[in-house]
Parts: sequence; structure tokens; C-alpha cells
Amino acid sequence: MRRAENISGNLDWLTVLLFFLIALLGWLNIFAAVYDESVYQNIFDLSLNSGRQLVFIGASVILVIVVLVMDFRFYDTFSYFIYGAVILLLVVVLLFGREVAGSRSWFEIGPFRLQPSELAKFATGLALAKYISTTGFRMDRLSHQVALFAIIAIPAVLIVLQGDAGTAMVYSVFVLVLFREGMSPILLITGIFSAFIFILTLLVEDHVYLYMGILAVTTLAVFLNRKKIKRITLIVAGALVISGVIRSVDYVINDLLKPHQQNRIKAFINPDSDPLGFGWNVTQSKIAIGSGGPWGKGFLKGTQTKFDFVPEQSTDFIFCTIGEEHGWIGSLVTIALFVTLILRVIYIAERQKWRFARVYGYSVACIFFFHFAVNIGMTIGLFPVIGIPLPLFSYGGSSFFGFTLLLFILLKLDAHRTQVLVH
Amino acid sequence: MNDSRKYIIQLIVVFVALIFLVKLFSIQVLDAQYVVAASSNVIHREVQYPFRGLIYDRHGRLLVYNTPQFDLTITPNEVRALDTLKFCELFEMTREEFEGTYKTIRGKKGFSRVRANVFIKQLSEQDLARVQDYLVDFPGFDIQARTTRAYTAPVMANALGYVSEISPRQLEGDTISYYKQGDYIGQSGIEAYYEEQLRGKRGVKFKLKNVRGIEKGSYEDGEYDTLAVPGQNLITTIDLDLQKYGEYLLEDQSGSIVAIEPATGEILSIVSGPSYDPSLLTGRNYSKNFAEISSDTLKPLFNRPLMAQYRPGSIFKVIQAMVALNEGVISTQTYIPCIMVPMKCHYHGPGETLIGAITNSCNPYFYNVMKRVVNRRVSESPFEDTRIGLEKWEEYIASFGLGSPLGIDLPNEKSGMVPGVSYYDRAYNNRPWKYSNIYSIAIGEGENLVVPLQMANFAATVANRGHYYIPHLVKSIGDNGESLPRYKEKHYTMVDPKHFDVAVEAMAEVVRSGTGQYRAKLKDIEVCGKTGTVQNDPLPDHSVFIAFAPKDDPKIAVSVYVEDAGQGARAAASIASLMIEKYLLGETGRPYIEEFVKRGEFLY
Repeated sequence: MRRAENISGNLDWLTVLLFFLIALLGWLNIFAAVYDESVYQNIFDLSLNSGRQLVFIGASVILVIVVLVMDFRFYDTFSYFIYGAVILLLVVVLLFGREVAGSRSWFEIGPFRLQPSELAKFATGLALAKYISTTGFRMDRLSHQVALFAIIAIPAVLIVLQGDAGTAMVYSVFVLVLFREGMSPILLITGIFSAFIFILTLLVEDHVYLYMGILAVTTLAVFLNRKKIKRITLIVAGALVISGVIRSVDYVINDLLKPHQQNRIKAFINPDSDPLGFGWNVTQSKIAIGSGGPWGKGFLKGTQTKFDFVPEQSTDFIFCTIGEEHGWIGSLVTIALFVTLILRVIYIAERQKWRFARVYGYSVACIFFFHFAVNIGMTIGLFPVIGIPLPLFSYGGSSFFGFTLLLFILLKLDAHRTQVLVH
Repeated sequence: MNDSRKYIIQLIVVFVALIFLVKLFSIQVLDAQYVVAASSNVIHREVQYPFRGLIYDRHGRLLVYNTPQFDLTITPNEVRALDTLKFCELFEMTREEFEGTYKTIRGKKGFSRVRANVFIKQLSEQDLARVQDYLVDFPGFDIQARTTRAYTAPVMANALGYVSEISPRQLEGDTISYYKQGDYIGQSGIEAYYEEQLRGKRGVKFKLKNVRGIEKGSYEDGEYDTLAVPGQNLITTIDLDLQKYGEYLLEDQSGSIVAIEPATGEILSIVSGPSYDPSLLTGRNYSKNFAEISSDTLKPLFNRPLMAQYRPGSIFKVIQAMVALNEGVISTQTYIPCIMVPMKCHYHGPGETLIGAITNSCNPYFYNVMKRVVNRRVSESPFEDTRIGLEKWEEYIASFGLGSPLGIDLPNEKSGMVPGVSYYDRAYNNRPWKYSNIYSIAIGEGENLVVPLQMANFAATVANRGHYYIPHLVKSIGDNGESLPRYKEKHYTMVDPKHFDVAVEAMAEVVRSGTGQYRAKLKDIEVCGKTGTVQNDPLPDHSVFIAFAPKDDPKIAVSVYVEDAGQGARAAASIASLMIEKYLLGETGRPYIEEFVKRGEFLY
């Protein structure tokens, strides 16, 4: 009895409110995305995505109660066990899973379908937090770094093997978590810098200009440091590495990527080159959002999404419905909700004295951030199309449960932050 | 140090959100092109093509109607697992043709992968019946219906004209931009002349469609829609039975028949030989058939009744006689000896008075008649005198509707030619000329040119004793409408109607006892006519005959031209009298004349 009081009193109700606001907005937009006014439709109709999403939301409330009722030490104590179990699921789904749209990432049990890769995120966050919070962990020790890398890479590789490269890419965001926990920023900077070079290489068609630019910058740098041999060596080495990256981009795109992935890159660079072919998704998504104007067309008044011009309008491209029916104001509100949630989670993470809870909190924030950034970025043409959902918003049970678990385990840990002995 | 990192991470989050908001602001608020693109995605402007007006004959019998035509369309994105071999077999095409066709439509403007594109135009009804059941095996292929023209009888091709896709040049000339690429338009004949009445008015419906082109309702509840107005029907003046009969008679000849109801100017029948089946210029094989017909050396597309220009020949003598009577330079009793100078003549007697001169077509007589009209001694100089006289003469001839288009409701009517003062000035390069230089026009030879329609109109003018209505083909625009206003105006010639009795009498005499007595005479009907034999060196003469009947209450006036068929009294007179007989009696009772015409051996 005392404990229950404790929970409700210490629970971060602002996060809970944000959670339900986002879920509610998502639910309404899932209904609007495929709304057909010529047929009488009820938002609660279980044959519609919106009806089923409501069931998922209801089921996740039960999940939330379960998470909150469990002892908070369970997540710490059993983190490796949970991680191991999820890895096992990922292996099993590879062997016995059902193939949907080219990726073998679904279990099918009767009418229910489960995507274990959605659960792998919170499990990886737990395992990572557990490892980092273990006494004696040192971020600068190579063996520990290798272990961390393995914890992140094992599920990612398994998910790539399932054929779902998009979901696997989410795991790259753990770099941000490690950065917060003291990892050398070089990895982060190098990562961002290579991504920058990569995109630049894609956008500049004639690579001669890039090489000329590198040559000019190198020459200038060498000239400025003309008396320091060591620096010159470094600069020249750096220039050679960058040139190598540029050279390898063609190789990666033309030889490593599958045709549909190549097309997504091409669509990102120039969607107008084939607006009816591989540029279709991005072009139509931008048309839907752009046609919303400042105030939007109004709830259920959108045409682009419900007439199927935008593909996957209930799942990956759900943001189009917001943009079309609620305009820039609606986009602003949605983005503000997500940013508030992410910043709130970071705030929660930062107030933990227990390292395990803090690392896990950052994992939650970063995963939400990655999904938010990539999903909205792709719908407005700022990012190549990668099929990952908008958290708590897109239609889909597995993903909704995954994000619910992520968030409420953190809230559970947070509620007990005063009970934890600080090392 | 790690404390500052929490701010870096938060900054990244806020920075990304700001970039999104800026980008969203630019595409949602600043850039209007997405709104346009969204409208063109879902709002489909669907043109409602009106029903083209039908064309009837004078008794309400249908001549031209619309028939559904089916195009095969392809929606490339919906094509699944296409069995090309089976498809080619079904549509009777080779693999190369199939690939070629697809390449062509891919290259066309407006090609879309997600919407239906016309793949094979105008399948026939038999084709449709054959392929319809198999079409389910070819997802992405569909049938689209349109209408094209169809004909109840294979007659009157040139007068009716044809309808086909608008040409780039016509599209350029369409200043009000009514037509769009791919629209159908009347290209000749009635179809072209009455295009505006026949085509009706296009309507527009704005429809909402989803990505697969499936209708999702009307835009703004149809507030911006306009209804299509069907084209008006035309009731023509044509008598279908007479038309069919005329085409039958002229089937193997080059020439023309024009029959007019004198009291109204309504054209009862207009035949151009050789002709073609008008249904050849509709449907799938339009291009192939058009190429074939237009390259035919006998020129079936040449609408002879109003485009072929011939010398009038002896028929012109009747006009000359009336001009001279009106000018008072001769009377019916004027006797002129036939001295064979300066023109030769047939052997008919030592000399004639007016009626006899017309009946026997005496050349020297009309040489003198025209000389009297032209040379009135108003000027000392014979050159100046001829000038003054010819100017007056020109006015007379023009008042008979010669030398300029009459104004029939068909395109491309030729004017013929009345050589006048300005013509001879040009011909003689402004050197002086006088009557002795130009007298061959006195007997309808020389530089004179007329079209068969003008000669039929002249026959009607004589039948009416001095006036005519412009010949026309449409008596009612709309089911209970009227003809164009100008067809209700009575036109008088400059010759006083009282002088026309002489012409009537002379033409009656031609059939009673002159050149027309052998083949143009009918038992119970008094036919008035005039033969013409038009020089056509080095080929045989053209056979010409104009006539009207019955004499006292004319119901029909005819002109017949048969090219290279010799004397007017033979081919043309036979055909003209058969037409009169058919029209007035409903059937012909002279099988030997019909046989003579069909045998086609008109030359000695």
C-alpha cells in the first residue's frame, strides 16, 4: 500500500501526459490517414487501423501497470537476462519468422504479429546501462570498449540479417549515449564528419570539384603550418583519408547497396529525376505536407494521404497527415511535443544518481530522438527514406509496445531514484 | 567535462527540430507549388464530350450517327506478369509491333505510369467481343469507350465529309482555344461547315480521384462542373433515294450530278464521281484508308460538284440570249443566217430565229448576239466600245451567280471564271483588244469556267423564271429549326423575268425536237433541257446537260457533267432525265436508258 502511494507520488506525470498526448494525436491521424468519407467509418472500428491502434494503446496501459508494479531492481538485476532473451528471439525470428515486404522480422501467432526487433531497443539500452554501471568499468579501456561495441552490434547485425537495415541503423544512436558517458568525442566528430562528407559526395555530381577543394584546403593548411612537420603529416594523411572516403562512396552505392536502397539514395539526392518511379515516395510526401499550408486543410479533409498518393501513410509516413491536415502549426505542435518529451527524458536521466538509470535514460532519449529525426527528416526530403516509425505515433503494436516499455521502465527507475544508494 | 556534454546533446535535439521547422515553413508556407501539385494529383478535370449531332435526309431518314468505339488502354504500374506472347496473339500483333507501340506511347507527352494511356486505338466491335473475356488475364490493360461517326448508307461521302483528329495546323488556327490535342473535328463537307452546330458544347466535371484513378467523389459538390450540351441534329435537303440512285448511275464515271428543288434552292442530290465509302474514314484504319483514298489518281476526295471547273459550253447560249433580249438588241424574231463564219456550226439549216438557234445550238448566231451586246457603238474606238460593252455584260453574267462562289453550305466551293475587262487587260498585257479577240466566250468556250453547282442553279433560275435561292444542303439546324438566313433570300438576275419564258420555251424545244429528244424526253412529263458538249482537247469532250421538269411547275432542276464522255445528248442527258424520272415518279421506266448509262460506252 505504501509502495503504491510511493509510485504515484514519484512518477513523472509530465512524461506520462506527453506519452498520452502523442499517442492520442497518433491515433487521430491514423484514422485520418485512410479515412474514406464515402463509407461510414467509426474511429473505434476494429477493422480499421485506428480501432486496432486503440487496442494497442489499451494493451500498453496494462503493460505500463506491469512495468510499474515490478520491483525496480528487477530491470537492473535481470538486464543481461532480458538482453539474452531478446537476442534469442532475434535469432529464432531469423529461422522461423514470417517474411513481410522483404524482411524476415515478424513472428506470427494466430492473428497476432510481433516484431522482436522493436523490443531489442530497450533490452540493448538495459544491457548497455548495466555494463557501464558495473563497478570497475572504464570507458578508456579497450577491452571494455570492445564489449560495449559488441552489446550494441549483436542485435544490429541480427536485424540487418533479417533484412531490416532501417531498424538496425537506430543502434548507431548509442554513440550519443557513450559520448555522454565519457567516450572520446573523436568518434562522434569523425562519425558526423564522415556523414557530412558522404552526403556532400552524393550531392556534388562531379567529384573533381571535391578533390580540388580538398587540395586547396590542404595546401592552405600546409602553408599555415609550414614549420611543423608533424602537423603537415597529419593534414596530408587526413586529406588522403577523405579522398578515400569520397572514392569509396561510389563503390558503396553501386556495389554494396541493393537496388531499392540505391534508389532511395537517388531519390534523396534528386527526387525530381524520376517523380513517378523511385522519387515517388519523397515527392508525394512533400506534396502532401507542402499542400497543408500554414493552417492545414482540416481534420479528415486531407486528400493526398487518404487517396493513397503517399505510401505507408499510417506507419512510416504518418507525419504527412499532420502536415497536410494541420499545416505548419500542426507540425510545430507535433515537433514541440517530441522535443519536449526528449528533453524531459534527458532531464530525468540527468537527475539520476544511479549510473545505471542515467545511462538507460540517455538510451531512451537517444532512441526517441533518432526515430523522430530520421522519420520526419525523410518525409520532408532531408533524409533518405528509411522505414522506421514515428515513436508512439505511427500505426503498429510492436513498435508502440517497444516505445512504451522504453519510456516506462525509465519512469519506474526514476520513481525510485531516492531509494538507490549512491556509490 | 561530461556535464557540458548533456548540453551538447540537448543542443543537437533542438537544432534538428529547428531545421525541421524551417524546412516545413519553406514548403508549407512559402512555396505554393505543392498546393498546385496536390490539386493536380487528386482533382481531375474530366472533359464530358457531347454527343455529336446526327444528320438526316429531307424525309427524316438517318444518314450519319454515332457509334461507340473502343480504345485499349495501358496503366503501366498495374501491369503484372504480362504474357507478351499471349497478348500479341490475342491482339494479332507481332512482338516488335508490341514493343514499338509501347515505346511510342512512352515517348508521348502526358504519358503516365499510374494512369491509363491509349495503347491500341479504336478496336472494332468484333475485336472487342473477341478480347473482352481474356482481358482479365492482363491486369493494367483496360477498355475505354468513345464515339465515332457511322453511316447508314455508303453514299454522299464528299458532301457529308469526315471527322478526324484535329491537326497541329488547325489547332494553331483555333484562336479561341476550344480544341485540345486529340480532339475530333469535322474535316470536310457538312461535318466541317456545320462543325460548331454539330459538336455541341463540351462540359467539364471536376472529380476527386485516388492514386489508382478510382473516383472518390466530386470536387466541392460539383460547384465548378459544367454540363455538356449535345450537338444539334441537322436535317438535310437530300433525298436519300435519289442520292443513292445518282451514285449508282455515276458509280463508274468521273463527273457530277446536282439536283435542286427550284422553289427553295434545296439540294435534292449531290453526287461526285468517283466516290468512296465514308465509313472508311472512321475507325481504326483511318490513316491507312485516307492515304489510299487521297492518292487515288481518280481523286475521290475531289468534290466535283463545287470544285471541278469546266467550260459551260452551249448551255451558255441560253444566258447570252436572255442578256441580249434584256438589252433589247435582239427579239425572239431576230433572224441570223448561219454562214459558218467566223465559227463553224453543225448542219441545221440556212439560218435561225432565237428559239431555233438555241434548239440547234447555232454558233454563228450567238457570235452575233454577243457582238450586238458588247459593241453598241457608244465609242468611236472599237477597243473602247468593246470595253464598255463587256463591263455591262460581266455584270449580267455575275447576276446569274457565275464567277464567284454561290455560297453553298460546304467548304471549298470554287468560283468558276467570268472573263471580263480586267481579265483581258491582264491577258493582253494592256495592249488593246476588241470583240474579235474574245468572241469564243460567246458560245461558252474560251476562258469561261463554271462549276456544276452553278449550272444546276442556272437551271433552277430558268425553272423559276428569273430568280433563285442559293443552293444549300441543310434545311433545319436542330430537329425543328431553320436553314441559315441567307438561304431564304430570293435572288433576281439582271434579266427581266418576262424574258425567261423564251429560255423555257427554247429548252422545252431542245427536248421536244432538238438534241435532247432521244434520251431526255419523258412520256408524261415535259422536260426542259439544254445539252452541252465541252471541248477538252486532247481528251474526248465532256458531256453536259442541264434540265428542269415539269415545265410548268418545276419540281427539280438538274445539272449533269460526265467527263470525257462526248456529246451532252448522250451520257449527261440520259442521266439527267433518269434523275428527273426517279424523283418525280419514284421509279424509272426506261431500262434501256439505264442500261445505256451503266454500259458506259458513250463515245462513237
